[in-house]
Amino acid sequence: MITNISPMKKLVVSPSPHEFTGESVSRLMYGVIISLLPALGVSVFYFGLGMIIITSVSILSCFLFEYLIQKYIMKVRPTHLDGSAIITGLLLAFCLPANLPFWMVIIGALAAVGIGKLTFGGLGNNIFNPALVGRVFLFISFPVAMTSWPEPGQWFQYTDAVTGATPLGMLKEASGTAPAAEVLTQVPSTINLFLGKMKGSAGEVSALALLIGMIYMLYRRIITWHIPVSILVTVFLFTGILWMANPERFADPVFHLLTGGLMLGAIYMATDYVTSPMTKKGMLIYGAGIGIVTVLIRLFGAYPEGVQFAILIFNGFTPLLNKYLKPVRFGKEVVHG
Amino acid sequence: MKLKTFARGGVHPPENKISAGKPIQVLPPPPEVIIPVSQHLGAPSTVVVSRGDKVKTGQVIARSEGFVSTNIHSSVTGKVMKIDQFMDSSGYRRMAVQIQAEDDEWMDEIDLSEDLVKHTVLSPEDIRKKILQAGIVGLGGATFPTHVKLTVPRGKKAEWLVINGVECEPYLTADHSLMMEQGEELVTGIRIMMKGLEVDQAIIGIENNKPDAIRRMQELTEGLPIKVQGLKVKYPQGGEKQLIQALFKREVPPGGLPVDVGVVVFNVGTVFAVYEAVQKNKPLIDRVVTVTGKSLSDPSNFRVRIGTPVSLLVDKAGGLPEDTAKVVNGGPMMGKALSTLDVPVVKGTSGIVLIREPEAHRKEVLPCIRCTRCVGVCPMGLEPYLLMSLAEKNLFEQLEQERILDCIECGSCSYICPSSRPLLDYVRFGKAEVGKMIRARKAV
Repeated sequence: MITNISPMKKLVVSPSPHEFTGESVSRLMYGVIISLLPALGVSVFYFGLGMIIITSVSILSCFLFEYLIQKYIMKVRPTHLDGSAIITGLLLAFCLPANLPFWMVIIGALAAVGIGKLTFGGLGNNIFNPALVGRVFLFISFPVAMTSWPEPGQWFQYTDAVTGATPLGMLKEASGTAPAAEVLTQVPSTINLFLGKMKGSAGEVSALALLIGMIYMLYRRIITWHIPVSILVTVFLFTGILWMANPERFADPVFHLLTGGLMLGAIYMATDYVTSPMTKKGMLIYGAGIGIVTVLIRLFGAYPEGVQFAILIFNGFTPLLNKYLKPVRFGKEVVHG
Repeated sequence: MKLKTFARGGVHPPENKISAGKPIQVLPPPPEVIIPVSQHLGAPSTVVVSRGDKVKTGQVIARSEGFVSTNIHSSVTGKVMKIDQFMDSSGYRRMAVQIQAEDDEWMDEIDLSEDLVKHTVLSPEDIRKKILQAGIVGLGGATFPTHVKLTVPRGKKAEWLVINGVECEPYLTADHSLMMEQGEELVTGIRIMMKGLEVDQAIIGIENNKPDAIRRMQELTEGLPIKVQGLKVKYPQGGEKQLIQALFKREVPPGGLPVDVGVVVFNVGTVFAVYEAVQKNKPLIDRVVTVTGKSLSDPSNFRVRIGTPVSLLVDKAGGLPEDTAKVVNGGPMMGKALSTLDVPVVKGTSGIVLIREPEAHRKEVLPCIRCTRCVGVCPMGLEPYLLMSLAEKNLFEQLEQERILDCIECGSCSYICPSSRPLLDYVRFGKAEVGKMIRARKAV
C-alpha cells in the first residue's frame, strides 16, 4: 500500500484562476485621491480658508450621506469606506467657487451622492458623474453664488472675499461688443493661467497640478490616456482652427486649454470609470464629443463654460457607445503573413 | 534578437518560477499506480487486461477506440489489482486500472540505453502509427492525441511546425528543465515531427524569462531549418492561438484549427515523448512534473511514472507544508484545484502547485465599477464584464452573438478584476449553456 501521509485537512477547491492581482477598488480610489493632492495644495495656496472649508464640508457630507442613505433608506451594507464617496466629495468641492456658503455645499453633496449615485443603486450603477450632478444642481439652484469667483490670494476671507468674473466669463461678456484679442489683454498671463493664479472654481485653476495628477494616474495605470488626450486634443484643434480663421473674434487654443474646468473635467470627471465607455474606440469618440460640445457651448452657447454639460451629455451616450463599439475580436480579420 | 509577443490583451502575473534550474530527478516506480483509461480528449480507451494479470512496464493495458483516442500503457511491472472507478484529478470517479508494482521489468523492444539516436528511416505514416501506439497526447495540458494533430486534414496544408516552449503559467518549470537537459533529444524529436507533418521548417517559441533555454536551443539548432524565437513575457502566450499570433501575426479563425493558418503546434514535453516513442520504442509512461509552492521545502522537477499518486510527489518534494490551503493540478492560472492528494499523475499533469492559506481564498466580490480592465486584458478581444452580466441574466442568444465560445478560459479577466468578480466562472457557465443551445438547434 502507498504510505499515505496526506493530511485529513480539507483543501480549498475553486475554479481557476488561482492567482489574482493585488489591485482592488479601494486601492484604485485612494490612488485617485493621492493624485488630487497637488491640485488641492495649489487651491489651498490660492484660496486659503474658503478652500479648506468647502473641501472639508463636501467630503464629510458625501461620506455621511452615503453612509446614512445606504444604512437607513436602502438598508444595504454601507460602502462609504471604499473611497469613492471621498472622491465625489473632493471633485464636487473642486468645481465650486471657494467662497460658496457651506450649507449650499451640503445641498450639493446630497444631490451628488443621493441623486447622482445612490438612486441608481450605488457605485457602478450610476449613469451620470455624481460630482457633476451635484455641481449642476447647485448651478441651477444658486446661479449668483455659483458664479461669483473669489480673487486668488485672499487667504483668510471666506464668504466675504472679493469676487469677479473668470477669464472665460470675461470673454463671454465681451463677445459681440469687443474683440477677443482685446479681452485677452486683461486676463492673467499664460504662465499664471498654467499655474492657476486666476479666478475660477476652487480646484480647477491649476493646469500644472492637474497634469501632475494625470501623470501619476497614468503611471499607476488607474486611467488610460484615451479620454483626457482625446478631449484636450479636440478642444485644441477645434479652437485652433477657429482662431486661425478669425483671431480677432476667437481666443487662442492655449487659452482655451488652460481656462475653465477643462483640465479638471478631462482628467477627472470624464475619466470616471462608471460613466465612461468600456472600449478604446468608445473612449476616443466620447472624448472627441466632449471636446466639441465644450467648445460649442463656450463659443456659441449661453454659458461661458460648457465642459460640465458636455461630460453629462456624453455620460448619457456611454451605453450606446458600449453597445455599438466593440473591441476587435480575435480571428475576425484574418491576416495571412 | 527582436522579441515578439501577441497583439491583444494579456497580463503579467508574478512568475514565481522557484523550481527553475532544479535538475530533473527521476523517481523510481511507486509501490502502486492507478492509471485512468481516459487521459486524453476523445473516446476513452478499452481495457485489455483483467484482474490478476501480470503486466510489464510499457505494456498496453487499454487500447485506442476510434481515431480521436489513444493507447494507455502500464507504467510499472506488477499485478493488476482492480479495474474500477477511482477518483481522478477532475474530482470525478472514472474507470482506471490499479496495478501493484513489483520489479521494474520493461517490454523487450524498449531501448533503455542513454544513447542518443539521431536518425530515422521511417515514413511519415509509420511515424504517426508509432506515435499512436505509444499513446502520445499533448503534454501541455490539453491532452489532444498527437497522431491526430500530425494528420493534416484533406485540403489543408501545414507550412510550419511550431514548438511551444513558452511555459507562460507561473510556477511551472517542467518544459524549461526539459529544454536545458534534453535539448538534443528535443531537436531530434522536432526533426521527426517535421517529417511526420511533412513540413520543412520549424520554429521554437520561448519566453524571454528563460534566456538560458533560448541560448541552448539556438546552439543545438544551428544550421538546421529550425528557428528559435524569443518572446516577451506575457500570459497567456502559451495559448496556441496567442503563440501563433505572436510568431506569425496570423489569427486562427473562430472555431478553426491552427492548420487553417498553416501551422501545427506541439508542446516541448510532447516532442520529447515523440523522440522516445519513435527512436527508443518507449510508450508514454512517464513525464516531467513540477512540484512547487512558496512554503514547500524542496520545489522540484520530477520525471514520474503515470499513475503515481500526487501525495507521493509532494512527499518527495519535502512534504506538505502546514500552511497549504489549496493544491492545484497544473499552473495557477488554468489548473484545477484538487480536493484530495490521493489522485494519480496523468498524461496531462504538468505541475502540482501548493498555494498557501491567504492566497488560496477568493476575495469579497464587489460591484463592477466598469474600469475596463477585463476588456483590456482579454487576449481574444471579448468583453468579459458583458459576458458575465448576460450570463447572470441567462441571455444565451446574446452571449452567442458576443462570441462567448471564442473564450479560451485563460482567466486573465478574473485575475485582473479589482472588484474580484467571478468573471470566468460565469463565462464557463455561459459557454456550457450556449453549447447546449447550439446542439439542440442542430438536432432539430
